[in-house]
Amino acid sequence: MKLKQISVFLENRKGRLWKALNILSFAKINIRALSIADTSEFGILRIIVPEPERAKNILEESNFVVKVNDVIAVSIPDEPGGLDSVLEALNKLDINVEYLYAFVEKKGKNAIVVIRTEDIDAGINALEKGGVTVLKSEEVYSL
Amino acid sequence: MILVREDTMIWNKEAECMSAEETKELQLQRLQSVVKRAYELVPYYNKRFNDLKIEPEDIETLEDIEKLPFTSKTDLRDAYPFGMFAVPTDEIVEVHTTSGTTGKPTVSGYTVEDLDIWGEVMARALTMTGVRKEDKIQNSYGYGLFTGGMGVHYGGQKIGATVIPISAGNTMRQLEIMQDFETTVLTCTPSYGLYLAEVAENEGIDTSKLKLKAGCFGAEMWTEEMREKLEKRLNISAQNIYGLTEIMGPGVAMECPVKKGLHIFEDHFYPEIIDPQTLKQLPDGENGELVLTTLTRDGMPVIRFRTRDITALNRGICECGRTQVKMDRITGRSDDMLKVRGVIVFPSQIEKALLKIEGLEPQYQIIVTRPHHMDEIEVMVETSPALFSDEVKHVEEIKKNIESKIHNEIGLRVNISLVEPKSLPRSEGKAVRVIDKRNI
Repeated sequence: MKLKQISVFLENRKGRLWKALNILSFAKINIRALSIADTSEFGILRIIVPEPERAKNILEESNFVVKVNDVIAVSIPDEPGGLDSVLEALNKLDINVEYLYAFVEKKGKNAIVVIRTEDIDAGINALEKGGVTVLKSEEVYSL
Repeated sequence: MILVREDTMIWNKEAECMSAEETKELQLQRLQSVVKRAYELVPYYNKRFNDLKIEPEDIETLEDIEKLPFTSKTDLRDAYPFGMFAVPTDEIVEVHTTSGTTGKPTVSGYTVEDLDIWGEVMARALTMTGVRKEDKIQNSYGYGLFTGGMGVHYGGQKIGATVIPISAGNTMRQLEIMQDFETTVLTCTPSYGLYLAEVAENEGIDTSKLKLKAGCFGAEMWTEEMREKLEKRLNISAQNIYGLTEIMGPGVAMECPVKKGLHIFEDHFYPEIIDPQTLKQLPDGENGELVLTTLTRDGMPVIRFRTRDITALNRGICECGRTQVKMDRITGRSDDMLKVRGVIVFPSQIEKALLKIEGLEPQYQIIVTRPHHMDEIEVMVETSPALFSDEVKHVEEIKKNIESKIHNEIGLRVNISLVEPKSLPRSEGKAVRVIDKRNI
């Protein structure tokens, strides 16, 4: 039920984002979803890839600092209000959302939302109780 | 003369365990001798003594050393190249120099006897690190004009150990040789030692399986916290050696296995601690600038050299059995000392704070600037997995933690910049920790 996400530390220097992504594309790693959290001094690149361990190793070989952590992926209808049910389910059980990012399916009519809750297990529990479709990692990778 | 002591961890019991009275007698004798030598054979000292109306005969007690003038680094530099020698250059069989980062370097010259003494004190030092005839020393101090390489070389050979004169650099080869030759003792700068450990780990080498048992580290300042890292990561006892090219090289003092101070080989080097402002001698136990006088050097005697290193002296019989006076680990140089917003800061304090943080690699650089007429310190620290998280707020917390640890140590707020691993320059020699961009 849990999805693995890779976070990469990026110094706020020219070309660092490009370098990280370039390393991944060179290794033929296909990024499924991506988001960047930025501060004035550094950025955190968060990506979902089919082979998280391989991606981590490749990035570390080029001296990037990488962390792997669990996140939740849910499927919602790609229409206005789709995200409401997700947030409602989480609020109902007082689940704290740290961050989330979303993208649409290529084929099909759904959108995928990647969510990081403070407590992942509690998050999954709350979403299932609220009738939200939580995706398995294989399902996300094969989108 | 017996060259190897199989039954004891002390190389020269007679010298290293001499009573306080005998030591003082010996020192006075040797001091009178070196002052006479300097006066008669070194034009620089002859002129300076004459200017102050001092004669060698004025030295009747050890306290009379205070009548003598100090020798500064500038004095030695001004004598470049061979102006401080007490013998004709054909009696000098070896020369070394300091790195000369600001203008001309300082030259040191050695006679055959001087080299013998260097070997003797280095043998004492290496014996304190546990070196015996059957040991293999991987000497990763630079060989060349720098004194580190040759100093360890002479000491190791005097003991009869196997010296691997690999010098600095070529880290992959260093690790290969360490494993293939089964090195038991490593000699290099502590920052290079840590770098070797880092590369070994990256290469998947299990350092606990190496035959390494000890390391003799020096040529740059390092902290207790650095020692813990070296000992843990290389699986060795890490001991501190002290010396300086102007006086001879490494081997002026060495840390014994008790690890509470370095024994100065005071039968060859006479130490004083002075207040760097008033220039008066300070009593034992008080921190001040170390001043050294060579007692037995023939080629280039040096009288009351101001080392600019800050330390304190402690006398008594050490738990190791040695009686030679101990000096504390050097925590700063009076010229490494930074003054930021009126507060005195030593880079070692920042290192100490950083090493309090779990998982932090001690790879850092301190940049001092004065952007708007007010001093600012930026400390660049390399990120590591332990300092990283997928959440911005955690990374910010880590930064705040580092800032607060440093604030506790030095009383000043600094700006922390997290940088990518391996982006700060690595050194094979002394690590450059401070970049002062102010034009003072």
